[in-house]
Amino acid sequence: MALARYLGRRAIWYVVVLFVALALNFYLPRLVPGNPVDAIVANLTRGGGATGEAARETYETYMREFGLDKPLWQQFLIYIQNLFQGDLGTSFAQYPASVNSLIGEALPWSLALQIPAILIGWIVGNALGAIAAFKGGWFDRGAFLSSLFLTSIPYYCLAIVLLYVVGVQLGLLPVGGAYSFGLSPEFSLAFFGDAITYFWLPFWSLVLVFIGGQAVGMRSMAIYELGADYVNYGRGLGLRDRTITRYGFRNAMLPQITGLALSIGAMIGGALVTELVFSYPGVGTLLFNAIGQNDYPVIQAIALLITLAVLAANFAVDILNGVIDPRIRAAQTGER
Amino acid sequence: MKISNLTPRFWVAAALLGFTLLLGAVGPYIVNTDPNAVIGGLYDPPNGSSIAMWLGTDNEGQSVMANLVYGIRTSLWVGLVAGAVATLIGVIIGLVSGYVGGYIDDILSAITNIALAIPTLIVIILVSVALQTRTPTILALVIGFTAWPWLARAVRAQSTSVRTREHIDVARLSGARSITILAWDVLPYLLSYVVMAFVLQVSAAILFEATLSLLGLGPSGSVSLGIMLYWAIAWGSVRTGAWWAFLPPTIMLSIISFSLLLLQSSLDEVFNPRLRRGKLRRRRAAAEERADSQLAAASPQVGEAPAIETPVTTGGGR
Repeated sequence: MALARYLGRRAIWYVVVLFVALALNFYLPRLVPGNPVDAIVANLTRGGGATGEAARETYETYMREFGLDKPLWQQFLIYIQNLFQGDLGTSFAQYPASVNSLIGEALPWSLALQIPAILIGWIVGNALGAIAAFKGGWFDRGAFLSSLFLTSIPYYCLAIVLLYVVGVQLGLLPVGGAYSFGLSPEFSLAFFGDAITYFWLPFWSLVLVFIGGQAVGMRSMAIYELGADYVNYGRGLGLRDRTITRYGFRNAMLPQITGLALSIGAMIGGALVTELVFSYPGVGTLLFNAIGQNDYPVIQAIALLITLAVLAANFAVDILNGVIDPRIRAAQTGER
Repeated sequence: MKISNLTPRFWVAAALLGFTLLLGAVGPYIVNTDPNAVIGGLYDPPNGSSIAMWLGTDNEGQSVMANLVYGIRTSLWVGLVAGAVATLIGVIIGLVSGYVGGYIDDILSAITNIALAIPTLIVIILVSVALQTRTPTILALVIGFTAWPWLARAVRAQSTSVRTREHIDVARLSGARSITILAWDVLPYLLSYVVMAFVLQVSAAILFEATLSLLGLGPSGSVSLGIMLYWAIAWGSVRTGAWWAFLPPTIMLSIISFSLLLLQSSLDEVFNPRLRRGKLRRRRAAAEERADSQLAAASPQVGEAPAIETPVTTGGGR
């Protein structure tokens, strides 16, 4: 019951945040002076052909097509209505391609890169941090400093260095793209075997930095817990080390789960640029191209997608926390 | 803060940071070359003929060395301005929200939490897309105005706990105004935290700028570390093996980010004895101190990491 009430309140909260995010997403790009349709029409008429009357007609058709002739608040309502129907609009730059299809092509690559990186990075990072905190000494110092170094390097810097050393200098792995020229994406062993060689470098540059961040966080939490009163008390009772560490690490896990939601947000941002470094055909590369061409519908759609992903991750973490941490449920109902 | 408490880690961080500051502050006068001047061909390899050629030329035949020192200067400027703005906003909102309480707290907390839930990088991208002219200072302000929420929340949590202490009552009884109490009786308790948060904000802002530049939203008409990387990648310097074009900005960004994080973590150990480990005596003393502080701070947010830990993961822009 307490859990349901807690989750209900969180759900309402996320709906409010989502609305604010939608409004920002809609209004901010419209602060641009001038009009994207001008650019398209200018592009069309550049080759000669349509001038004067014809250009004006084209202009008005596009204004209608993109709904830019209506007042702003109506545009916003239409935007929201379309979103709920799963329609992200039409790309300006690659007209008449729909944003849905562009994102549909790019998204699987990004997901294939980031989901394994997040899961593996989180597990390995936390294990490393916990061991470092428990062992102490030189292992701790080494693990801590290298984790701190790894997590402080921006994703793309590690990506560039890996690309240069492993891809260019050693020539071990291909240097860009997601699959060999001449192949097309399909579910076959041959394609998978080819694509995986392109996958390793971006994957490692994401996962190494992520491991570093998680290990640093886990180490501080575990040190904090190992100095706690219940640990001292347990030692006094003569509990075995294994039992004590189990208690300690279970407590240290909680903030790490909360931290996971935060780091997913940072990771998605970093992954955008990492994809650029490797010309990996994911959302980051799509965003880069869209920015270069002032393709607002695509930029907005990607911004929305990332916001949704981060909100969903946060909500999932809230649910998880509510299930595993009784204090949170108690705090919500005032039983504390 | 005693000098003896400073770990070797602090000195390493200070040395790296000093090196960077020196490059950014004095470098341009020593290299003495316009970063926009063409002094060679496409990706001329480094040679010792002049300081400007120490790192060869980039895709436009400009001196990489000159670009690097001016780029460091821009990146540091963006970091400091954005860090100062974000810290200022975060501290003010957090202090007021935590100290005043009531409906003002509700409103400010709601704003903070909403802003916290929306990824900062996305807001910065959306605003930058809308900007017509992007100078380094404007970008810094945009970053500063969007990067404050986590700090506001952390400061709020701490100022609510300071508010209940007795010396605040004394100050109030003696007729001090709220603003004086905030500045003289509440803020000093948070100062160590604010200093560390500022360091993290600077580091995050420098990385945000680099990320924006790499996405093609960097400051127009000026050179920054991110802009250098943007051109290096756009012209395929990594694939052609022109290491002098992309390694210097990569290394400098890593050094800046690493040294600031190291500085933050070593300051953390100075301010926060709990994290200092080693001798048993120390640890036992720490345990006692911790017990006291736990009694004092009835933590309002259950199940959350101690506020100090979260920023490491929020340092966005990577």
